[in-house]
Amino acid sequence: MGFFLETLFGGLMAGMLYSLVALGFVLIYKASGVFNFAQGAMVLFAALAMARFAEWFPKWFGFESLLLANLLAFIAAMAMMVVLAWAIERLCLSKLVNQEGITLLMATLGIAYFLDGFGQTLFGSDIYSINVGMPKDPAFILEGMFEGGVMVSKEDLVAAVIAALLVIVLALFFQKTKTGRALRAVADDHQAAQSIGIPLNTIWVIVWSVAGFAALIAGIIWGSKLGVQFTLSLVALKALPVVILGGLTSVPGAIIGGLIIGVGEKLSEIYIGPMLGGGIEIWFAYVLALGFLLVRPQGLFGEKIIDRV
Amino acid sequence: MNTSTTNAPPAPESNILLNVNGIEVIYNHVVLVLKGVSLQVPEGRIVAILGGNGAGKTTTLRAISNLLKGERGEVTKGMIEYRGERVEALSPSDLVRRGVVQVMEGRHCFAHLTIEENLLAGAYTRSDKGEIAANLDKVYTYFPRLKTRRTSQAAYTSGGEQQMCAIGRALMSNPNMVLLDEPSMGLAPQIVEEVFEIVKDLNAKEKVSFLLAEQNTMVALRYADFGYIVENGRIVMEGAAQELASNEDVKEFYLGLSGEGRKSFREVKHYRRRKRWLS
Repeated sequence: MGFFLETLFGGLMAGMLYSLVALGFVLIYKASGVFNFAQGAMVLFAALAMARFAEWFPKWFGFESLLLANLLAFIAAMAMMVVLAWAIERLCLSKLVNQEGITLLMATLGIAYFLDGFGQTLFGSDIYSINVGMPKDPAFILEGMFEGGVMVSKEDLVAAVIAALLVIVLALFFQKTKTGRALRAVADDHQAAQSIGIPLNTIWVIVWSVAGFAALIAGIIWGSKLGVQFTLSLVALKALPVVILGGLTSVPGAIIGGLIIGVGEKLSEIYIGPMLGGGIEIWFAYVLALGFLLVRPQGLFGEKIIDRV
Repeated sequence: MNTSTTNAPPAPESNILLNVNGIEVIYNHVVLVLKGVSLQVPEGRIVAILGGNGAGKTTTLRAISNLLKGERGEVTKGMIEYRGERVEALSPSDLVRRGVVQVMEGRHCFAHLTIEENLLAGAYTRSDKGEIAANLDKVYTYFPRLKTRRTSQAAYTSGGEQQMCAIGRALMSNPNMVLLDEPSMGLAPQIVEEVFEIVKDLNAKEKVSFLLAEQNTMVALRYADFGYIVENGRIVMEGAAQELASNEDVKEFYLGLSGEGRKSFREVKHYRRRKRWLS
């Protein structure tokens, strides 16, 4: 039982990280109907910026404080994501208004490859580390119930709390603020939104910036756990089944979807894996997503396609 | 072009709100849709653009509100003035800030937002909280139906309610001039009357000017002050609403009435229409 719980927690934590990446997909899809293939590349780019700035700033300005370095690096990385959002809107999206979804998807695919390369040109292509002072030692809980307790990583716990906070902030932003309402309006019908004076360009810059913010948070957490390297951008591929499962238009869906995938992956690997010779973790998520596409194409929490006849 | 109108152009009034002068619109760089349309909307009036499918009514409205770009169209000739200021180069949101807002054909409510959220989204260009609240109240007094449905998602409301929501949403930006595209489309005759009554009311009490595009000539001429008839991208006739309604050609081609009662010789009609107007 203790082992089961350990696996379960491990899965939940891994799932939380998938959710963070999936969030970026959902945000952009909701507001602009673009399936942003570049989300993974944005995570890598943000993490690279964060890691390198934290390394460079103390050298450039001659100070020691780790906290200050991280803080400044975070601000600088966020600023880069905003500039990036603005550039993507200016140079790419605004030229493609009212094009087919597939055209936009191809454009984001292009952006993904560009970002992968450009990030490494700017920041180098080695493996870097992000040290934001996440606790690295494991904690043992429920020691009264099981012998030896259940081991969980404190780092994962902190990550989960941050992810949860991020989701709450985003949900409030979408539901309660004027800009959030405008974002949802644009998501529903961007021509109508334009007709009542919502400027699409501004909205797109905002939403790509918010997605950039989500990418930065995801990048920091993944980066501090596994190191910052090229493979980080492939994390996005794990987020695809998450958004299919949770629904492309639902922020809570991205979270729950991530958790289900994370847990499902780990449990199936441990309990079904031995029967099939292992390696389930790699493809489990995709098979689950496929199954979901057959029975509930809008995902668990996706907006039902409302059609009046 | 033979504008064989029997009526003189509108008496030159000093307070022309909107002046459209000889605009040409081309879609996709090749398709010429408007071939020199000129019209004027005096302050505080309801002006109707009438005509059949594909005549260029919607394109005219979109040219004014600058929503053509999304449809790959552009104004290539002529000029559009609002309160004496050239507005062709302004973005739709700048126009809304200046007081010109369009209600699109087919309503286009935000399906997943509630009615009230739809209305509040319409106030995007307004920042004064008190003003927004006052406008919301005003919209609810003109459209009491919306108040009863305020928490429903727009997609689940009826066609009439959606049309009201679309008009109410436009009113939230506190406009001087509303471009209203096919408000009667797909609505029951009774609801059409209800919507037009409210338009008339808004015009009389709130001094909002309307430029409306309609296929429903009969109803539109009953509520409008002035009308333009568009065919094939040109204005073929213009005049005060009552004059148009009593014009023989309009009666025959648009109201389905003629001296010998109802007829349906479509070929003949088409030929005669060509001969008289389009030659």
